[in-house]
Amino acid sequence: MSVLDSKIPEGPLEEKWINYKNNINLVNPANKRNIDIIVIGTGLAGGSAAATLAELGYNVKTFCYQDSPRRAHSIAAQGGINAAKNYQGDGDSNYRLFYDTVKGGDYRSREANVYRLAEVSGNIIDQCVAQGVPFAREYGGMLDNRSFGGVLVSRTFYAKGQTGQQLLLGAYSAMNRQINRGKIQAFNRHEMMDVVLVGGKARGIIARDMVTGAIERHSAHAVVLASGGYGNVFFLSTNAMGSNVMAAWRAHRRGAQFANPCYTQIHPTCIPVSGDHQSKLTLMSESLRNDGRIWVPKKIEDAEAIRAGKKKPTDLSEEERDYYLERRYPAFGNLVPRDVASRAAKERCDAGYGVNKTGEAVYLDFASAIERYGKEKAFTSGHKNPSKEEVVKLGTEVIEAKYGNLFQMYEKIVDQNPYKTPMMIYPAVHYTMGGLWVDYNLQTTIPGCYAAGEANFSDHGANRLGASALMQGLADGYFVLPYTIGDYLSKDIRTGKIPTDTAEFDAAEKDVTDRINKLMNAGGQHSVDHYHKKLGKIMWNKCGMSRNAKELQEAIHEIAELREDFWKNVKVPGSADTKNAELEKAGRVADFLELGELFAKDALHREESCGGHFREEYQTEDGEALRDDENFKYVASWEYTGKPSEAILHKEELVFENIELKTRSYK
Amino acid sequence: MRINKSLNLQIENMKLTLKIWRQENAKAKGKMVDYIIDGIDGDMSFLEMLDVLNEDLVNKGEQPVEFDHDCREGICGACSLQINGEPHGPDKLITTCQLHMRTFKDGDTIVIEPFRATAFPVIKDLIVDRTSFDRIQQAYGYVSVNTSGNTIDANSIPIKKENADDSFNAATCIGCGACVAACKNASAMLFTSAKVSQFALLPQGEVEADRRVLAMVEQMDKEGFGNCTNTGACEIECPKGISLENIARMNREYLKASVK
Repeated sequence: MSVLDSKIPEGPLEEKWINYKNNINLVNPANKRNIDIIVIGTGLAGGSAAATLAELGYNVKTFCYQDSPRRAHSIAAQGGINAAKNYQGDGDSNYRLFYDTVKGGDYRSREANVYRLAEVSGNIIDQCVAQGVPFAREYGGMLDNRSFGGVLVSRTFYAKGQTGQQLLLGAYSAMNRQINRGKIQAFNRHEMMDVVLVGGKARGIIARDMVTGAIERHSAHAVVLASGGYGNVFFLSTNAMGSNVMAAWRAHRRGAQFANPCYTQIHPTCIPVSGDHQSKLTLMSESLRNDGRIWVPKKIEDAEAIRAGKKKPTDLSEEERDYYLERRYPAFGNLVPRDVASRAAKERCDAGYGVNKTGEAVYLDFASAIERYGKEKAFTSGHKNPSKEEVVKLGTEVIEAKYGNLFQMYEKIVDQNPYKTPMMIYPAVHYTMGGLWVDYNLQTTIPGCYAAGEANFSDHGANRLGASALMQGLADGYFVLPYTIGDYLSKDIRTGKIPTDTAEFDAAEKDVTDRINKLMNAGGQHSVDHYHKKLGKIMWNKCGMSRNAKELQEAIHEIAELREDFWKNVKVPGSADTKNAELEKAGRVADFLELGELFAKDALHREESCGGHFREEYQTEDGEALRDDENFKYVASWEYTGKPSEAILHKEELVFENIELKTRSYK
Repeated sequence: MRINKSLNLQIENMKLTLKIWRQENAKAKGKMVDYIIDGIDGDMSFLEMLDVLNEDLVNKGEQPVEFDHDCREGICGACSLQINGEPHGPDKLITTCQLHMRTFKDGDTIVIEPFRATAFPVIKDLIVDRTSFDRIQQAYGYVSVNTSGNTIDANSIPIKKENADDSFNAATCIGCGACVAACKNASAMLFTSAKVSQFALLPQGEVEADRRVLAMVEQMDKEGFGNCTNTGACEIECPKGISLENIARMNREYLKASVK
């Protein structure tokens, strides 16, 4: 029997959240002063949650592995944040944002959560503007918007290609205000090593001070995990080097179920891999697909000539180019959702039409946008008959104003000028929709342990739409969790301070030190990166953009073997009592080696294609994903039992009362 | 063999000498140590080159070089490094993680040190403690607005595009500390003024502008950063191109607030 209760409030969709808020238990201000909350991670979800909880009066401790909360990887989000403001008057509404998100997620997300997300989205923009977040504006002084994939309205707010940075600095400034008031204690360069359960409830954590190596005990009445996603299980991803699954996985091992681990987003527009030395991949924002057109050569001979360096992309005429997204999906064109765009790129490259030395790249071309903007600008500034050079110059200026930092980033990495020659892009691992299972309150299956932002599974189903991650992180942190956690904590007003000198903390600390000792004293054959790269290869080749039963079974087997070898033979130099980057990596890779296996197991069991999960056995005649709503319309939530291979599956059936299930079509 | 066309130099399979600052911990005495590294490709980033060195050191059973890094796309501000005497190396408008080895040539010697400043003590090897920057921002780097969401509609106050753009440009500071490392006085004026400017240029931040500039400057001085003598080195080395105009603005804001 399933143990999962999603606790979705009764009533019509639009009234659920309001009714819920009106009926939950509250903690009075005097009692909040006696309640401690730990927040792991200081990105958009963790930073905003910590600031808001502290502002409400709780005592908050934050933990992050970076040297400052401001460096959490939310900072790297580029393109924008969605909100159903309908400032453009193009017919947007909460319902439409809700509908787009559920459809974009290929009908594998929870209606009530997504509606709530859409409902608070407008508030996020108000909040951020009030905090001094400098969003892009029009000359009239109003906020500007742009479009993202999978939608037909302009609802994305942005700050050039640095939206995540600006939003995170906003949340960080709100944190700073509370740090200054003494309501937040920030523990930076600290890694959460385990969660401590007392009487079945999350009551604290064991952390490692990454500078001194000291193992610390911290207690609290509730623990919030906002530790991000697990894309680095693939070794190469657009995640930061330090992004990891440790906090979530430690909680999983203590009883928090892990939902839909196989739902991974492979983002279509990233800079292609250049060689074996590659340590990470760089995203080129989806916003570029507003103006860039994606193509490969129509003739295979041209693709071959380009790969051999005998032809340049600019040598090919319009007729010799295949704008395959515009061809296959005329309604959405270059703005199809990410999973669709990624698979289409892979399909062309697998068929031999790829460019770049490796054959694993397609073009993203701005020439027509430069021409269009240049003509428009010339026209509005009085040049009714501009020369071609003038048009290109003016158009380049417009593109630079919109995407300047992205173009510069591209040029620095690839050493080519994308204003003059098309960018080369290829899909790369970017975001993980799966994560810790949470109910409507964002509580995991461990009472008192919450998960927010990318760390939970809740809102994006099998595929996340662009500009929705920032929205979800801030919605969870500013507007959802601070309410829902109060309901739980209202029962804790008489508990008093949680002591850390108890048997539970002793045992958890011993587990942590034992594990560190085991890593420090393993066989010393191969570096941590050696194992991480091997794991990444298995994941990319067998659990990547397309998957099949045979290879998934192989992956399960290979990962288990690799894990065994890792624990026997990994080499961690130096000591555990000092800053030790190799030890930090070893702990994280050890968890990836377990998660990777569960990932493959989840992908194997889901015998359908949906969103980012594409099973070769389940596709339509023209190669589109083939869902099986009859058998797989559920959240797969896995319970840890000691080994990933023996994880127990629990199903949360998804109920669609407000949206009719359809085959997703962007044609 | 690939050649850097503009310089006509070999950029594949380069052999380099690295002179790297090694320091066990904050209290230990540090020193420069030489390493020879081979097989470096021009398409590698500077940090990927250090990854190669570290993999090599680990395999030899030696201590890898500790350095700060995270996003590796020039936005988190974690990476630092004084490379051949320049913060973030010889290229302009980029961070160390965006520096590529094609900037160097076969046979080069590269000197790699941590950012040097009294307010940035060394933690280990190339890692420095930049929490002084956090404390400046904690002093008043915010707008005092509750995060309840019960605020006015985002479009109810129109903001001139020019002001919004200037505010944004100041706000793109990544807090890496290159400005301090570049300055002969180790001044944090560019960093602090960027934060002050971001808020001072917006109606939302203007309300508390006086209190903010006084508190942030006071904290900056307390941290032991030096004075600004207008050499402009900070602006030149800033990977985000934060303008000196921000310092001028902060000085005006400070004067205005002080005489009230």
